[in-house]
This record gives sequence, structure tokens and C-alpha cells, in this order.
Amino acid sequence: MRQVIIVGSGPAGYTAAIYAARANLQPLLIASSVDFGGELMKTTEVENFPGFPEAIMGPDLMMRMQQQAERFGTEIVYDDVTKLELSGDVKRVTVGEGTVHEARTIIYATGSAYRKLGLADEARLSGYGVSWCATCDGAFFKEKKVAVIGGGDSALEEATFLTRFADKVYLVHRRDSLRASAAMQDRAFADPKIEFLWNQEVAHVYGDERVAGIGLVSTVDGTETTLDVTGMFVAIGADPRTHLVHGQLDLTPEGTIAVEGRSSRTSIPGVFAAGDVIDPTYKQAATAAGSGVVAALDAEHYLAAQDDLQAAVQPAAATA
Amino acid sequence: MSARDVTDASFQSDVLEHDKPIMVDFWAEWCGPCRAVSPILDRIAEENPDKLDIVKLNVDDNPETAMKYGITSIPAMYVFKGGEVVKRVIGAKPKPALEADLAEFLV
Repeated sequence: MRQVIIVGSGPAGYTAAIYAARANLQPLLIASSVDFGGELMKTTEVENFPGFPEAIMGPDLMMRMQQQAERFGTEIVYDDVTKLELSGDVKRVTVGEGTVHEARTIIYATGSAYRKLGLADEARLSGYGVSWCATCDGAFFKEKKVAVIGGGDSALEEATFLTRFADKVYLVHRRDSLRASAAMQDRAFADPKIEFLWNQEVAHVYGDERVAGIGLVSTVDGTETTLDVTGMFVAIGADPRTHLVHGQLDLTPEGTIAVEGRSSRTSIPGVFAAGDVIDPTYKQAATAAGSGVVAALDAEHYLAAQDDLQAAVQPAAATA
Repeated sequence: MSARDVTDASFQSDVLEHDKPIMVDFWAEWCGPCRAVSPILDRIAEENPDKLDIVKLNVDDNPETAMKYGITSIPAMYVFKGGEVVKRVIGAKPKPALEADLAEFLV
């Protein structure tokens, strides 16, 4: 049996692994089979992670975190968790086609998944003009017109990135102001290729085989307009990935995993949570990394306390 | 063993005139999900040596073919049979999900 299993391979998971490995807990980290590295795998330059004044590519940053975790003895499994059994002193993690790993503690750091608009045609045309990853798909829209949906940092980052390829980028936002950081806003406002369409929601995605346009509705007066684009990039936020722990761990009204105060302690002893899956507010690579530290230290303290308790009830064994 | 590369120049003979079902993985260096799915495709190819051939096409180096098939999202995995596209799979997925998508070619 392991001391600790970490589920998730974003900044929270890898930072927890670095700390747990350096505490000689020999962690096993389940990284997922295709989504490993988390959200930063789909970003380009990361300019706000401390220590990289010239910026670093998202996938490179994650590769470095992985190497740092492995250097201190983290074992990584590239598979998907299908089942978690968290109650009891022995936690069970089932992966892929049925392999079960056991541990005394679990650090759950699965991050969040992109939110969808929820339109039938969005699903049908996904991969045929509808995209959630500008860095993956932007290059296919050279000299085209595209729309980015959303008003946060990720929407503006996608819009700015897409101006490298597209002739025109419409930023469609359902409000009249942005949530994005001032630096991102300044850059986007100064870009002549980006046009802001305020107070607009997407009602339709048109096209038989591929996106041929989108239909917008004004949130102010209900006026309908059609936007002539061949690409639509959806960046309207993300929801915490909690489906594996539903019915096991307490959640907050926001849908994140509930933790005690500033700790990573969940409603089940020995189960800790870190990163975006507990954070409805900040959701940054650096805050996730810090959250991973907290979880590793909490797990370490929990294991030490359990061992002390064990020694106290078995004095003979402890003095032998 | 990793999948063999095909190019704009070799596409006709390597893919369109191939005598059994062949899957083309449209990919690029800068695409994280492409890098994630590539070893999974290699394993599927290895486990099904007589059924489905899998090759890859770099969309940066071979823009003609990517444009001809209207690729707008990668990884895009297209199965060709007798010169026609008979199946499209888009996006990186875990091995069991890809195997389910490709089931008709793996039986």
C-alpha cells in the first residue's frame, strides 16, 4: 500500500508530488491518459508564473514540473481514474481497465473542464469550426474571420493569439465589461484585428459540414444578428471536475470540493483536495501550485498523526 | 514502433491507393493533445497489425492535404478505405474511447 496517491497532473498535482516525494512519501501520481499536464498544455506563453521573466510555454512549464516531481521519486501512471473509494483507512483508486491502487491518503487535484454553450449544433460542429483550443486549431484559420466567446483572461488570450492567423477576430461577450486582467484588456483593446461585440449571446451555430456563421442575440433588446465567421472558439470558463467524488465528498454551493478553512482537508479524513477543483475564485497556475503544497503538507501531518496514534495503542510494538 | 509519416507527395500512393483501411493522424509539433494521443495510436496499431494501418501527416509540412480534407482541428484521425474517408475522429481521447470509435475497423 502507498502512503499517498495524487490524482491530477496540473500545477497542483505536480507541486503536491514534489513536496510529498521530498518528504519520502514515494507518491504515485495518476496523470490521465490524454489530458495530462492540465490546462496549461493548451496555452502558449505563460507570463505570470514567478521565476520566468521572459515567459515560458505552457507545455514546457508542465514538462519541467513533471521532471521535478520525478527527480524526487514520484511514480507517474498515464491512465484515467474510473473509480475512487475514499471511506475507510485504505483508499482505493481504480484506473483504466481495472487496475486498483491503494493508499493511506489521496490528494485530489483534477482541476476543471471547459464549459460548453450547450447548443446542439455546437456539439455537432465540434472539430469542424467549433473549438476549445485556439493554440491547437488557430493555424487552420489563416486569413479567416473567427469569433471568440467569453470575457475572461482565457477568452482574451485566445483572441489575441488568433490575430496571428485570422484577418478578423470578434470577441463576443454577454456583458458590457470584461473580467479579464488589465494587462490582457489593454493588449486586446489595442489590437486592430479584434472587434468587441458587447451584450451578445450565441443562439445558433450555422453550417452543414462546418461552421458557416453564428447567430447572436442582444442581451439588452433581443435583437438578432448573424456573424459571418468560419470558426468559433468557446472560452466561457470551466467547471470543477468532481464527478468521481460525487456522493463521497462534500461540495460547496459553487460546485467545488469543500475544504476546511485554508487547509486542503475534505469531509473524509485522509482525503485532501487542491487546485482549481477547490477554487471557485482565483484559478491561477501559481495559486494551484501553492494549493498543492498545502495538500502535501496536510497529508504528511495526517500520516504522522496516524502513525503516532498507532504507536500509542500498540505500546509493545512501539518500544520493541 | 511509431507510425510512419506520409506527405502531400506520397498521399496518393500511401493512403488513397492503399489496399486496406488506413488511418491518417493529422498532427503538428505545437499541438499538445496530438503529442498525447500519438503513443496511444501506436499501441492500437501494434495490437491490430493485420486490421488497421495507421500513418501520420504533419499539417505544417503538408498543408495541401490538410486543406483538401478541410482539417480545422487537430488531432484529426481520418480512416480511408478505397480512397474515400469512411470515418472521422477528432480530438485526443483515452485508448478505450478511441478503440470504441474505431471498433468497426478493429474487429
